[in-house]
Amino acid sequence: MKRRNLLKLPLAAAALSLASGAAFAQDAEPVVIGVSIPSATHGFMGGLNWHAQDTIERLGGVYPNVEFVLATAGDAAKQVSDIEDMMATRNIDGLVVLPFESEPLTDPVKQVKAAGKFVTVVDRGLSEEGIEDLYVAGDNTAFGRVAGEYFRDNLDADAKIVVLRGIPTTLDNERVEAFQAALEGSDKEILDMQHGNWNRDDAFNVMQDYLAKYPEIDAVWAADDDMAVGVLEAIAQAGREDQMIVVGGAGMKDIVKRIMDGDPQLPVNVTYPPALISSAIEMTALNFVSNAPMAGRYIIGSQLITPENAEQFYFPDSPF
Amino acid sequence: MKRIDLHLLGPLIALVGLFILGALLNPAFLAPANLSNVLARSAFIGLIAVGMTFVITQGGLDLSVGSMAAFLAGIAIMAMNALAPITGVNWGTVLLGMGVALVGGLLAGAVNGALVTKARIEPFIVTLGTMGIFRSLVTWLADGGTLSLDSGLRALYRPVYFGGIGWITWPIIVFAIVAVIGEWTMRHTRFGRHVEAIGSNDRVARYSAVDVERVRLLTYALLGALVGLATILYVPRLGSASGSTGVLWELEAIAAVIIGGTALKGGRGRVWGTVVGVLILSLIDNILNLTDLVSPYLNGAIQGVIIVLAVVLQREKRTADER
Amino acid sequence: MTAVLALDAVTKSFGPVEVLHGVDLALNAGEVHALIGENGAGKSTIMKILGGYLAPTGGQVLLDGRPAAFRSGPDAEAAGIVVIHQEFNLVPDLTVAGNIFLGRELTRGLRLDHAAMRAAAGELLARLDTAIRPDALIRDLSVPDRQMVEIAKALSRRARVLIMDEPSAALTHREVEALYAQVDRLRAEGVALLFCSHRLDEVARLADRVTVLRDGAVVRRALRGELTEDGMATAMVGRELSDIFPPKDTATAEELLRVEALSVPGIVHDAALTLRRGEVLGIAGLVGSGRTELAEAIAGLRPATGRISARGRETPIRTPQDAAAHGIAYLTEDRKEAGLLLDKPLAENLTLSALDRLGFRIDRANESRLMAQATRDFDIRAASPAMPAGALSGGNQQKLLLAKTMLPEPEIVLIDEPTRGIDVGTKQQIYRFVRELARAGKGVVVISSELPEVMGLSDRILVMRQGRIAGEVAGEAITEEAIVRLAMGLGAEVESA
Repeated sequence: MKRRNLLKLPLAAAALSLASGAAFAQDAEPVVIGVSIPSATHGFMGGLNWHAQDTIERLGGVYPNVEFVLATAGDAAKQVSDIEDMMATRNIDGLVVLPFESEPLTDPVKQVKAAGKFVTVVDRGLSEEGIEDLYVAGDNTAFGRVAGEYFRDNLDADAKIVVLRGIPTTLDNERVEAFQAALEGSDKEILDMQHGNWNRDDAFNVMQDYLAKYPEIDAVWAADDDMAVGVLEAIAQAGREDQMIVVGGAGMKDIVKRIMDGDPQLPVNVTYPPALISSAIEMTALNFVSNAPMAGRYIIGSQLITPENAEQFYFPDSPF
Repeated sequence: MKRIDLHLLGPLIALVGLFILGALLNPAFLAPANLSNVLARSAFIGLIAVGMTFVITQGGLDLSVGSMAAFLAGIAIMAMNALAPITGVNWGTVLLGMGVALVGGLLAGAVNGALVTKARIEPFIVTLGTMGIFRSLVTWLADGGTLSLDSGLRALYRPVYFGGIGWITWPIIVFAIVAVIGEWTMRHTRFGRHVEAIGSNDRVARYSAVDVERVRLLTYALLGALVGLATILYVPRLGSASGSTGVLWELEAIAAVIIGGTALKGGRGRVWGTVVGVLILSLIDNILNLTDLVSPYLNGAIQGVIIVLAVVLQREKRTADER
Repeated sequence: MTAVLALDAVTKSFGPVEVLHGVDLALNAGEVHALIGENGAGKSTIMKILGGYLAPTGGQVLLDGRPAAFRSGPDAEAAGIVVIHQEFNLVPDLTVAGNIFLGRELTRGLRLDHAAMRAAAGELLARLDTAIRPDALIRDLSVPDRQMVEIAKALSRRARVLIMDEPSAALTHREVEALYAQVDRLRAEGVALLFCSHRLDEVARLADRVTVLRDGAVVRRALRGELTEDGMATAMVGRELSDIFPPKDTATAEELLRVEALSVPGIVHDAALTLRRGEVLGIAGLVGSGRTELAEAIAGLRPATGRISARGRETPIRTPQDAAAHGIAYLTEDRKEAGLLLDKPLAENLTLSALDRLGFRIDRANESRLMAQATRDFDIRAASPAMPAGALSGGNQQKLLLAKTMLPEPEIVLIDEPTRGIDVGTKQQIYRFVRELARAGKGVVVISSELPEVMGLSDRILVMRQGRIAGEVAGEAITEEAIVRLAMGLGAEVESA
């Protein structure tokens, strides 16, 4: 139940429309909604996949009249094929898509829209504006800014910071630029920024090398909780746990738990909830079953998780 | 003759060169802690690459090792978590988990080998298939997320990666022992001779009453067991496994084997060379992280250049032989 | 008359070693020239220089009387000099027609004109009197058929000079006749031909002019009819060759091997044979009659049905390891592809089948001793034991292969084509080794396409025809006619012959 509290918006809409939805289900032809997302290659995407499946299962019960087609893709080309197949063989009425990459998916999604379907784009925008009916995304700029502001306001003067970046993408660039912008003009120093590729092992290696290279580090921005796990392990190996704090991102349950318990090494975290896919799917379904058309842009801001509010971000059942 | 010797020493010279470069660019490079880190990190790929040397030398290939490592780490963690309430949080449970990884690796390798030798499917196809299967299985077992080891077991098991004799940690020791045994096996035993003979010309080997299928199957099983051993050392490091564990390890292992002078078409295996190849690849990573010499975006390009150079050198040696 | 292609005082050195010492050689239009000599005499080097694959160290190559410096094989081919190598130069996964026109494909616009190439290839093959289909894949063809394709390919090049290295070594009797007819035709068309051969009867039959090489120098030149086959052999070896075959006096009554009702599906039907200790049993028959397949089935290399008893005990033999365990060894006819690891040192080849003798940790000192002993026993001439087997001459490769096959001390030895492509001096050595094996109490089976060889060596001969054993001849009854009649399916009158 807590999960749904996270995103109050769709739930409110659902509450509004439940009665009408149930009535609607009796007579009309079934509505088919395609869901196309990247496959679970790392923790965050794993969580996103879990939320997508969980939502589809739940909505299937609530709206018997709505069918879902879920496809996961390991690369952009596969995702394009998936969408083409959905159009050709399943005759979908709506599409929820988290584009693997912006450029290659823009045109195929535009075709879907041109065929008169309802299109919801999640998290990564298309490279052309105005195609989608509904846009649901996390806020990458805020994600970087919130972390940067925390460092700016809470670290000692002249604190030394190292950064672990993700896989080189626009998304990563947006986050890092916002992080740097937040620290601009402050007396904190960014020592180094290397790519940990949102991967525990890579982050472990990079952090080991940071520790060898810099005798003084006061804070680590790991930008992702998978990377934070690797970073923490490298710090423990070097025995420098009490010298630096680590700020990850995306609210992995183990990390949130440690914040909740007041771990001095992990003072805060920044949300980037994988559950945003749930909102997107749910809102798309509502567009068909309720009388209130869903449209517009929903940016789910990144919040700072602190020991005080951590409990509401803690989902022990989620795999992430 | 001098030229050929130079070629044999080529990878070693490159390694020494990298070492000197690293020391010049950043004094922290030579700190025991840093060298210990680099060697311990090399151990996973290193153990796998030693096994891969045998598979490639007999004319085969195994693309599934990275996925297999992830899968083995996954089942070992699940086994230990499941056993902990029964057997308790003690070394017995950890040893059982290690056994699962080792035996699982042996069996997974034997399956690859049996598909290659008994069902007579190209090794590239077989292991491309099992690569996808192992990867999917671990993702499925982890429910798309991460499998984490019980924290009590984790604390117990942790020294297997981080502990050791002084700064020489257990992964380094295990890697060294396996490398020595691997080199000895390749160079001095009937099995090693048979592996080279099969890779040189499997028809000749068969006509010479060598049990070609058995030797081939054994190389895959050996590789699987070494992947299991690598997993045993990997799990205590982060105590977790996920769909992104071991991604591209297979290509790193193959690259290390090739840089070390083992011919991709088989017939000539050099375990020492493979060890040098693994260390070269790790050192490049380490030096690029320790210095701001080039953009980290170019890391892959530098490794790529070294791989191609190694193969060019091999070809030059062959033409020199022919003359 | 100016020679089309000639060598003028050509020398060739590899490193510090001079292997050709001032060779003069002239190829005239409309003339067949034979180049003979023992293995290692320098024939291959001369052919490579003529064909543009090697450059001479001293002297020069003259094309139509003018110095020519070919940079490569294709360069020489552009000048009309075509070489048929002993190692086939065919792409296994292309068709016959595709190989014949490789690099000079006929096209219609941008498309390959497959029909025209098939038709042209078919015409060339018909001229050679073969039944090879132009659209068959090379990998599906037998060795003799591949040789015929090589010859067809050379014919299609419209050569002015055609150089052939052992063209008939892999051919059957009928194919050899077709080849000779083509040689005669090309001679009449004014082509200059040069060929190497170890078959002296062939040299006597074809050559207008013979040049004998020994140790990199010309030792004899002769016109047709000036030199008998014995004379050629003597000139090559540099000494009189006494009777080339050793005496047959070693057979005993003890049965070593009994094969009954052996069938290899589709190839060998219901074959039976026995082999006694000290006996040399010959197997003759046309290429493709199932001789090799029979031997391979006995050696566990081919799936077969039937009963095999080795040393008096019936034993199932399903793998080469089974065969080895029962003292059976097979020496392949295909020494380059199935016999030796060409890129490995001699010692590693020698011990490959007998590594269990060297212990769990290979005893290198012992291995070197075994190598030294084999070098002595089988007279293997190698610059160094560390050299790769592929660098040995054909005859020495064959001796190494024989040493390797004998190292596990088998009692039953099946030798397929013991002397293919090797010179007469080495042949004589190998014949002596074969008889010595029999004298040492082994049973030896010899399979050979060369009738004089199988007749000279064997105590008894089985003749195979179309996968069946067509008959047996022994002792005084061993005559060429008897064997040919059986091989051709005219067995009834053999006894009276």
